[in-house]
Amino acid sequence: MTAKTPSKLEKVLAAGHFAVTSECGPPRGSDPTEIVEKAEIIKDYVDGINITDNQTSVCRTCSLAVCIRLKTMGLEPVLQMVTRDRNRIALQSDILGAAHWDINNILCLSGDHQSFGDSSKGQNVHDLDSMQLLQTVRLMRDEGKFLGGDDIKRPPNMFVGAAANPFADPFEIRVARLAKKVKAGAEFIQTQCIYNLDKFEEWMKGVRDRGLHEKTAIMAGLTPMKSAGMARYMKNRVPGMDVPDEVVKRLADTPKEKQAEEGIKMCIESIQRLKEVEGVRGFHIMAIEWEEKVPGIVEAAGLYPRPEV
Amino acid sequence: MIVGEQKPLEELWDYIKGHKKVLVFGCNTCVAVCQQGGNKEAEILASLLRMKATQEGVDIDIQDSGIERQCEHEFFEKAEDKVEWADAVLSTACGIGVQFMAEKYPKPIYPGLNTTFLGAVEELGVYTERCQACGQCILARTGGICPIARCAKRVMNGPCGGSTNGKCEISKDVDCAWQLIVDRLKLLGQLDQYEELTPIKDWSSDRAGGPRKLVREDVQHDS
Repeated sequence: MTAKTPSKLEKVLAAGHFAVTSECGPPRGSDPTEIVEKAEIIKDYVDGINITDNQTSVCRTCSLAVCIRLKTMGLEPVLQMVTRDRNRIALQSDILGAAHWDINNILCLSGDHQSFGDSSKGQNVHDLDSMQLLQTVRLMRDEGKFLGGDDIKRPPNMFVGAAANPFADPFEIRVARLAKKVKAGAEFIQTQCIYNLDKFEEWMKGVRDRGLHEKTAIMAGLTPMKSAGMARYMKNRVPGMDVPDEVVKRLADTPKEKQAEEGIKMCIESIQRLKEVEGVRGFHIMAIEWEEKVPGIVEAAGLYPRPEV
Repeated sequence: MIVGEQKPLEELWDYIKGHKKVLVFGCNTCVAVCQQGGNKEAEILASLLRMKATQEGVDIDIQDSGIERQCEHEFFEKAEDKVEWADAVLSTACGIGVQFMAEKYPKPIYPGLNTTFLGAVEELGVYTERCQACGQCILARTGGICPIARCAKRVMNGPCGGSTNGKCEISKDVDCAWQLIVDRLKLLGQLDQYEELTPIKDWSSDRAGGPRKLVREDVQHDS
């Protein structure tokens, strides 16, 4: 595989290394201090930093503004973009806005339903869905065209990714759904947080059987648990999340003051095991409001130093 | 059919309390099926409002009437006198009937219902949405189940990552439309269709294109 775009993330993957990404959520205000600090903490331990787009439908500083800030700091942002809040004019316009700043990675998502957040009485847009957004970015990049058919002067040059949830239902079409995303143009995949490793491996087998792991770079998603309470919450309250009982039990059986440490340990163990799964090309570590733990996880998992590309 | 739900009595009272002669006017086709807004319901609503007027000590003459459909001119003929009599009408039709009446009569026409959706009668007292009248039906490729009306994100290539145990991420009481579609495609032996990408939709036939109009010259009256 050779890199087609200037994306550092793509180059790391193309060179055959395990890639590492992490994510930061923009602030619920306009002060950049905290997000800059978070980015500084993780920058040497990852190949790209996802900036979430109003995650859980809670209104925040926009992903694009924070991506621009990271870019001006010399970092490698991954622009997350959901189809919930923008129609095709705004989506294409923001893609060009990102390209204007040479942001070289995009993750195309549909986004959580607005009822989860602070704007439950608002409209959702979904003019396009996440697969159609993938197609749109690829059209803009590869053909240099807008959806309306006109030419783009200096098209965007982005490495194009999507999310995949190996655990959502119906399980039988989860591999087919990945195939669809690949067909729509996904060059990399960041998965939902993996706690049920057996089920993930079953999904990966299905992925390999269809050769999809050779057509897209699959990055395994991981979120360290901070406590047994968080594990229970993720298990019972977060849609599409598969947290096996033994994960909850292991944390619950650990004294409260040691649970965070245990959660980190479990995350590192998961990475070690997933490194052996054929077709896993990297790791997406989503340490939610816990970015300071990312360097330790990356080091302990044997993923540090990050390669120079 | 068009499903509607009667507005709270207090809201309706606020509309009519300043008038002297009010007609509560039923529409006996679509909304009547869900036992809201039909001629019988208009009669009941009129008596509730009369009781309210008595309680409030306000002198209003409230009568009721109704026709089969408030969205077609010809049905109004037999109720012209009643409508003429009133100085305001509380129409218990859907939003279409209310507007159609407002275009016909130079007097206030108030809505008695919230028009809720285009749906089916699952069982007596249970009505569920099926169609959003997007103007370009895609049911042929989705196993006869509409993701526009029935997926909370109107995902055209679903399901999204929030589908769990056949239910939507917004509520355990809402079926995931894409689970239903996948199950149905499987039943029909058409699961291979699932992998075809549904192209970006032309929403210009939907609300996005502005008010819609259909003209059938072949059935128009010669005039």
